[in-house]
Amino acid sequence: MRRYDVVVVGGGPAGLAAAVAARAGGRRSVAVIERDRELGGILNQCVHSGFGLVTFGEELTGPEYAARWADAAAESGAEVLLGSMVLDVSAGPEGPAVTCVSAERGVERIGAGAVVLAMGCRERPAGALGIPGFRPAGVFTAGCAQRLVNREGLLPGREVVILGSGDIGLIMARRLTLEGAHVACVAELMPYSSGLKRNVVQCLDDFGIPLLLSHTVTRVEGRRRVEAVEVSRVDGAGRPVPGTGVRYPCDTLLLSVGLLPENELSRAAGVELSPVTRGPVVDDSLMTSVPGVFACGNVLHVHDLVDYVSQEATRAGECAGAWADGARGSGRTVPVVAGTGVRSAVPQRVDVARMPDELVVRLRVDGVYERRSLVARAGGEVVARRRRDILVPGEMEQVTLRREALLGLGGVDAITIGLEA
Amino acid sequence: MGESCYDVIVIGAGVCGCAIARELSRRRLSACVLEAEEDVCCGTSKANSAIVHAGFDAATGTLMARLNVEGSRLMGPLCEELGVDYDRIGSLVVCVDGAQRGGLDALLARGRANGVADLRIVEREELRALEPNVADAAVAALWAPTGAIVNPFQLTVALAETAAVNGVEFRFLSPVTGIARRPDAGWDVTTPSDTLAARVVVNAAGVHADELHNLVCAPGDRLEIAPRRGQYHVLDVTAGAHVRHTVFALPTRLGKGVLVTPTTGGNLLVGPTAEDIEDKGGVDTTADGLAEVVRKAALTVRGVPFSERIRTFAGLRAHQAGHDFVIGEVPGAPGFVNCAAIESPGLSAAPAIGRMVTGIVCELLGGPAEKDELLPRPAPIPDVARLSPEAWSALAAARPEYGRVVCRCRTVTEGQVVDAIRRPLGARSLDGVKRRVEAGMGRCQGGFCSPRVAQILARELGCDLAAVTLSGPGSELAVGTDKDAWAGAPGVPAAPGTPAPAAPAGEEASR
Repeated sequence: MRRYDVVVVGGGPAGLAAAVAARAGGRRSVAVIERDRELGGILNQCVHSGFGLVTFGEELTGPEYAARWADAAAESGAEVLLGSMVLDVSAGPEGPAVTCVSAERGVERIGAGAVVLAMGCRERPAGALGIPGFRPAGVFTAGCAQRLVNREGLLPGREVVILGSGDIGLIMARRLTLEGAHVACVAELMPYSSGLKRNVVQCLDDFGIPLLLSHTVTRVEGRRRVEAVEVSRVDGAGRPVPGTGVRYPCDTLLLSVGLLPENELSRAAGVELSPVTRGPVVDDSLMTSVPGVFACGNVLHVHDLVDYVSQEATRAGECAGAWADGARGSGRTVPVVAGTGVRSAVPQRVDVARMPDELVVRLRVDGVYERRSLVARAGGEVVARRRRDILVPGEMEQVTLRREALLGLGGVDAITIGLEA
Repeated sequence: MGESCYDVIVIGAGVCGCAIARELSRRRLSACVLEAEEDVCCGTSKANSAIVHAGFDAATGTLMARLNVEGSRLMGPLCEELGVDYDRIGSLVVCVDGAQRGGLDALLARGRANGVADLRIVEREELRALEPNVADAAVAALWAPTGAIVNPFQLTVALAETAAVNGVEFRFLSPVTGIARRPDAGWDVTTPSDTLAARVVVNAAGVHADELHNLVCAPGDRLEIAPRRGQYHVLDVTAGAHVRHTVFALPTRLGKGVLVTPTTGGNLLVGPTAEDIEDKGGVDTTADGLAEVVRKAALTVRGVPFSERIRTFAGLRAHQAGHDFVIGEVPGAPGFVNCAAIESPGLSAAPAIGRMVTGIVCELLGGPAEKDELLPRPAPIPDVARLSPEAWSALAAARPEYGRVVCRCRTVTEGQVVDAIRRPLGARSLDGVKRRVEAGMGRCQGGFCSPRVAQILARELGCDLAAVTLSGPGSELAVGTDKDAWAGAPGVPAAPGTPAPAAPAGEEASR
């Protein structure tokens, strides 16, 4: 059985950054296992710009950003196994192992000192929503349409309605317009966009595409191909209001209604998953409930910006490497609790004795708030505070915990992060 | 008339048409199956409960009862022979109202009269042990160990493949537009591209069977098929073990319940509604119908995890007022044989229907001899997800495309997709591939694999990627290429290689 210090599952932005960090200048053996025939994951079809401002201080396209990291991974000397699908991750007494399949090597088992889960996320499909009506051609997830347009040069439709204001949907509204289609509207179930403000402005407002908040698609018409969809207003509980339906003749319905961390391997490995993020529950080292198995990027929780994925994955790679070297925490962690107005916070546990001097906790709020502070408290004491003019669920927030401040309190039982005036 | 002349033309390549075709292929005769759609299994056969009824439902003495029980008995060995997924998990009819448990006794008596084996009533305790997630209100159930689940796509495909390798011709995209009696004997059957002659015609046209019947019948003998829609929810494999058996509800004064069942693919299937509609193409779902299924499922099974839903769909039952199968030669139309009004339990009965109809046909043809040898179905496509690591490695070593996973949710390789296309009567569309090897049937519903499967289809079929369809003409993947609409605009060069716009979505092909 082949064995590496660190095996990274997934060669997208998270996996690549984790691999570079785990490699630690050549000190450790690292393998990245990627199912596609190229590295970069979903970035390869994200031909728009806006990537890399934090990491590289310049505005890159998705493929450019991916290429930078692929180059870095190659320079680091990490081994890359392309066209290899991981079928199973398990943790035995001798440490974790993965099973993967490829055309070149068939089914093989690879041992590891530590495993980093970096499988990314998938799109919620139309079927999950149960939109009434027919199931014809012309219904695509935004990402599937993005691949057709940006990789294959194909136009999936000419008259388009988009359901959901996730970032890929917003990006595709602009892309389809530029490629010659007409986007009639973007309908969003919630009273606010689930995408980044900058994308609403640059992809919808700049092109005169209406964003219909508190609306949803209530019927799909067309036997062979989409011929029209009905868009209705919804009430405060998200239920369509009868009689408000407007029929939009169209040949395409795009869906951007949520991204789901791809955790089938994690679940099968016995990794504890959060019902809120739908990703693993991790500690400050980004280790899951299974010793030696780490997680980062969109498989951990869905991010908005790839730069933060790279930051998070770098830490996961470093910590996975340290684990492979034999480093262990203090054995005592305290929970990070999502308090008032906060929907989720990652990591969910912190080992105060082991944590870095500064630990970034990434979180999402549960609604739209103006002029509030994100406040972290431990034992009633404020340990971090961040003032925000506006907070929306579509934009990930972060709070930095300082080890010194926590140690200064003596014992800490829990850290609660909530919104305060 | 055209040049072709057959002993038999079967109209409709659903599970019944294909079961008949397979039985016919055992005989020395020429046969052709005409199908309006682009593939087998495109109508009722693809959108149903995917179960094999034990046979206690139909009224004793009906054709439905006899063929259900016989079909249920034949189904296991048939699936074994064809390599089709089938699992005899047993079924329960759950009674949740003590005042109505007499209904269970009536079902038990009817089932025994119909010849269903091993039926008995289980009381609350045993029921809970059998089916831990049964509703708290459940008082007793009828237990039918012979109830089963089957993969209807695989079954129909396997029947058709066996027929095809044994000489039955299949013509797709061939809706029947006319039937006329030939002066001598037999029938001229017209499609948009041909007129074909046959000594015997079998009408297995599903919800459209009445239209064909009414072309040939005596004025007072008209048939009316009313499409009865059933809507369903499909839940992810994470929910597939929520029940262990097919769980029916005992019909009450408040109406017929819905069933909750695992599928052979490991999903959980919940439905159907029963709505009489006018539209024979009306496989649309409705908010009310889907909500009704959720409500009714809770009556017999607790905590059905609808949050794990990955798909909703609707199918149409070919319902006829007499509520029995209509099988036999139409009076006054010699050589025109109905296989009509095959509503539930049609899938269960299909193996028996195939035999019965073929018996009628062969009698009309004067008893054609059996062939000395019947070729077996081509070996099923390997399902890598069920292979041992060693077996999968060996397969990938021999055929590297079996090492390339294209559908991550169902773990389907390029090799399986290629084989689904290259087989006799191979897949021609994304849905065709999905029915054969389940690529796109998992939790992401093809969001990930459909562009990849489409590329394989384009390569294997030698067509443009844009021309690959979801389910036949009019359902192309793309309507054009990037920026083709700008071609000819001032300062814009013509887009190279712009394909012709896709044909407009035509009306549902009429039969």
